[in-house]
Amino acid sequence: MIRSLRWKGAAFTVPFQLGFVFLYLLPIGYAVYQSLYRSQSSGLGLGGSTDKFSGLDNYQQGLSDSAFMGSVLRVVLFACVQIPVMLLVSLALALCLDALTSKAASRFRIVLMVPYMIPGVVAAIVWLNLYSPDVGPLTSLGRVFGLDWNFFAPSMVWPSIGNLLTWHGIGYNMVIIYSALQGVPRELFEAARLDGASEWRIARSIKIPFVRGALVLTGMLSIIQMLQIFNEPALFRNVTPQTIDDSFTPIMIIYNQAFNAGNYHYAATLSVLLALILGVASFLFYRLTARETD
Amino acid sequence: MTLTEERAKSSPMRRLNKPDPTARSRGGQRFLLVGLIMASAYSLFPVWWLIVAATKDRTGLYQTNGMWFSDLHLWSNLHQVFTYEDGIFLRWTANSFLYAGVGSLGGTLIALATGYGLARFDFPGRGLVFACVVGSFLIPIALLTLPLYLLFSEIGLVDTPWAMLIPCLINPFSVYLAKVYTEATIPFELLEAARIDGAGELRIFFSIVLRMMTTGGATVFLLAFVNTWNAFFLPLTLLRGEDNWTLNIGLYNWSGKRAESGIDLTSLVLTGALLSIIPMAIMMVAMRRYWRSGVTLGALK
Repeated sequence: MIRSLRWKGAAFTVPFQLGFVFLYLLPIGYAVYQSLYRSQSSGLGLGGSTDKFSGLDNYQQGLSDSAFMGSVLRVVLFACVQIPVMLLVSLALALCLDALTSKAASRFRIVLMVPYMIPGVVAAIVWLNLYSPDVGPLTSLGRVFGLDWNFFAPSMVWPSIGNLLTWHGIGYNMVIIYSALQGVPRELFEAARLDGASEWRIARSIKIPFVRGALVLTGMLSIIQMLQIFNEPALFRNVTPQTIDDSFTPIMIIYNQAFNAGNYHYAATLSVLLALILGVASFLFYRLTARETD
Repeated sequence: MTLTEERAKSSPMRRLNKPDPTARSRGGQRFLLVGLIMASAYSLFPVWWLIVAATKDRTGLYQTNGMWFSDLHLWSNLHQVFTYEDGIFLRWTANSFLYAGVGSLGGTLIALATGYGLARFDFPGRGLVFACVVGSFLIPIALLTLPLYLLFSEIGLVDTPWAMLIPCLINPFSVYLAKVYTEATIPFELLEAARIDGAGELRIFFSIVLRMMTTGGATVFLLAFVNTWNAFFLPLTLLRGEDNWTLNIGLYNWSGKRAESGIDLTSLVLTGALLSIIPMAIMMVAMRRYWRSGVTLGALK
């Protein structure tokens, strides 16, 4: 490529590069910088405060902060249950769709995609009201079956949020898996059927291995989202502050440190830590799933 | 890349092969249908409940069966939503449209230019730019938003529409999609031919590339629009006063009023929630074609 042309090509990316520096690199750099300082109030605490370099002290505090590490653990445990359930249901639905005629499949696909069209905050509001003992139908439905469930009880909060996330995420994940399924060469099924394989066997031995890549990808996206979960617990807390405290998830802690406690340095430290945890988790998940496919 | 290519190749074949009645038993088929119908009911009933709830007044909401209509109060509910606090709901709606519309339009243009530059030119640092795009997928939103809040408050942007619009201009996922679409739709030979005819690079981009990229551009715009419309953490952090809020933040605030100050706005929240779905649903249905290709393409690459 001619030299001048190269630079003209580079020029097309300049607006993005500038924006990236100001909206990504600069904030990250600023957060890292802030995480190395602590504010100390001078005098009697009335004359404002000064920032003092503190090295990695904030990180040490973060790593031994039981509220923060506890919230990470809570979210990871929840992810280990909710994500497999959601992906299994999505996979099962995608396999069902794949076995139908394409006309019927496209009708079901549209219906199953409806929850994905609803903004996350609205989805949470709707389910909060469905769960509500005052206006929601679920409590009285439970009574019909002799179940006296309270969706806002401390032990029910995660299942309640999990159901909401699963409801919201099934359609999207199903569509990704379904379109991967479309890529399976149909001749393989004919060959397998001639050899006497059952439909179940074909699904297990041909279709599922083929959509592995799509499952890994949807799993990865779900993990990244889950570690940062904020909207749903924030909305739950909004309605039942007595069940969800303000250190329920890592991002909730960070938000509170920044805006309620006014401790930006510590909030910055925790968000850097969360980024590192996210990186490690994604890397582990990737290695774990990549090794088996090799 | 290979997956979509294979899909494109195998799809005509598929249509011929399907349906294949010999291969499946009737009982099996029925079993699948029952499963899908149950899943559809699960997907739809909350939406149904929301529609029904939006037509009820307070007593109806608390005392009648939630899955079916009682006295119709939809109009008075709508009236209440639109007039509450001098029509603040309309203001939030306009804000949501402003941020999602203008922000995504600008962001899409920048993304298309960047994607085109990355896909069709070989310049030093290209690999680094692309690495930044992909690497940014892993950055937690809190790591960006909190320092952004501090930086924006230094220059007086917090609590202005700019606080939402500026971050929307730079969207790495849009850039990634734009690059993929450029690779699929803009042939090198075409660019060569245009250059030989004496067209300048800017002209090539605006009058040839952008025109050929309408499908890709529409998908990028749609996904960015949905993302901005659904945004919660960013507006919650950067917008403090009610006047600049989005629908999401407004509804969040209304739904918390009961626990906070005992004012029960449940029927207002539910009617507002239903209204806030409508633009999104219209948009998604109208642009169904683009949206499907975007969701699957983005995922498979």
